Amino acid sequence: MDQSPPAGAEPTRVVFADGMILDCGMALPDMTVAYRTYGTLNAARSNAVLICHALTGDQYVAERHPLTGKPGWWDQVVGPGRPVDTARFFVICANVLGGCMGSTGPRSPRPPGPEVAPGALWGTDFPPITIADMVRAQRRLIDHLGIERLFAVVGGSMGGMQVLEWAARYPDAVFAAVPVATAAYHSAQNIAFNEVGRQAIFADPDWRGGRYWEQDTIPARGLAVARMCAHITYLSEQALSRKFGRRLQGAGTGPASPSQASSLFGDMFEVESYLQHQGSTFVRRFDANSYLTITRAMDYFDLAADHGGDLAAAFAGSRTRFCLASFSSDWLFPTAQSRAIARALNRAGANVSFVEIESDKGHDAFLLDEPDFHRTLAGFLNGCAVHAGIAA
Amino acid sequence: MNAMEKIQPVAKNMRLDLRLIAGMIAPGTRVLDIGCGDGMLIEHLFRTKGCDARGIEIDMAEVTRAVAHGLPVMHGDADSDLAHYPDAAFDYVVLSRTLQAVERPREVLRQMLRIGTRAVVSFPNFGHWLLRWQLLSRGRMPMTPTWDRQWYETPNIHPCTIRDFFALCEVEGYAVEQWLAADDAGRRAPWRRFPRLANLFGEQALFLLRRVG
Repeated sequence: MDQSPPAGAEPTRVVFADGMILDCGMALPDMTVAYRTYGTLNAARSNAVLICHALTGDQYVAERHPLTGKPGWWDQVVGPGRPVDTARFFVICANVLGGCMGSTGPRSPRPPGPEVAPGALWGTDFPPITIADMVRAQRRLIDHLGIERLFAVVGGSMGGMQVLEWAARYPDAVFAAVPVATAAYHSAQNIAFNEVGRQAIFADPDWRGGRYWEQDTIPARGLAVARMCAHITYLSEQALSRKFGRRLQGAGTGPASPSQASSLFGDMFEVESYLQHQGSTFVRRFDANSYLTITRAMDYFDLAADHGGDLAAAFAGSRTRFCLASFSSDWLFPTAQSRAIARALNRAGANVSFVEIESDKGHDAFLLDEPDFHRTLAGFLNGCAVHAGIAA
Repeated sequence: MNAMEKIQPVAKNMRLDLRLIAGMIAPGTRVLDIGCGDGMLIEHLFRTKGCDARGIEIDMAEVTRAVAHGLPVMHGDADSDLAHYPDAAFDYVVLSRTLQAVERPREVLRQMLRIGTRAVVSFPNFGHWLLRWQLLSRGRMPMTPTWDRQWYETPNIHPCTIRDFFALCEVEGYAVEQWLAADDAGRRAPWRRFPRLANLFGEQALFLLRRVG
């Protein structure tokens, strides 16, 4: 499959000149939503699938990434003949509000004002946003594309939070919802890990109070440490053992011992080298202030709290067909959280499928080659397409 | 009882006892199948009767197979997941050959008839003559094609007889709208009018219960 975007094509984006009011009460005077689409919208406009990306994802779900040159982040799931089949569905993926790949976020130019220097960026003055704000921005995009009802909204992790928000906020606009490896609220443990990441960024002198862009620098150390810490939570003990064990970088198979080391930090375990690589590549493509804004949005997320403390109330009367999937070794968004959502949907009388996929790859499994998950997703969407009357 | 006589034509390969169950379910109704396996019954009910049929299954491999087949099935079990459904969410709640394996059969039945107007329950009959004979003659727990696991490893922790089940329905105030006994393959046995004979010769039983009041 050809993964390159059309020659010379700018990233697709739409500017909403009237802006948007945010949950925090502040107004964005104008708002840009950057997005990519794949496949063709049918005449009835009934085959649109919205993919919601996770914390550090972006709109390049099924094509080569313009900055990293890597394949789309979900190209095993989205594409011709894939579970989200672009030969059948019109797939849309937008960079979230607060992101750094073209949608309005902390790296966007700040609108002119009395106390705003010309050419200033939002930086840490960017208003706090919520998952619901992200979803409202996506809704604006969907309206702009002339789509009244999405056939499906699909996403994992923070993308799954957006799926839940979509289904709760716009039930009539969502025929099928697939929240994967996610939760209806961010747990204390997850907030704690996010806070470690944020503190690492704050502690980097190059962060400069969030105004690093003024000095033409980035808090690379801090952001890399944040990524390294987060990356551990995406994996599992088994996956780390299987991939790295206790092996030393470039030291053959001998056991690690202080007597052989030339200095305390001279030799490196393979797992350290791997994490450092993850950190250093991440800072080249991601904005630190975006990382702060989006992790905060995840922390704020508590769908039940928005509905009087009862998650079932968020889905009362919903006719959306739900498919929840979790992964057995995911300890960041464990199965119990998906099961709690499934039970709330049962209380609401909603149509719900729920599977836990056996995998030792941790939270990351939702992005990886997991045939059972892919079969489940494909089958669920096929079944829903029958009910929705979408041609094969 | 006439509905019993007209068994709908069904998918090939569907277990005979599932065909009998399908015959008890009216078209266009809301159905929950507890222990639905790979979802054969709910698919049949959707395709041939236009039912809004959903399933719960405890075996994850079966759940994955069912969902990958496009069927609305969730991982869960009879003992702990029924409490999460609202009252009268379904017209029928089906429990096929599972009652004897749940932890609290009476509570499961109560939940079934709380969330559903009617319950369809099938179970292997521990009153069958062969079981009685084996226990009497050998003094050991019976072993038959239906009851084929040793007492220390059987999942069937709450065996009952057809008469036991009638007694429970009486105590709990459930109306028995239909019932029948069948052999192991699900062929109906001709003992419908005679519970004592059915209890002696039926290898499994199938009940359609209705909540009263």
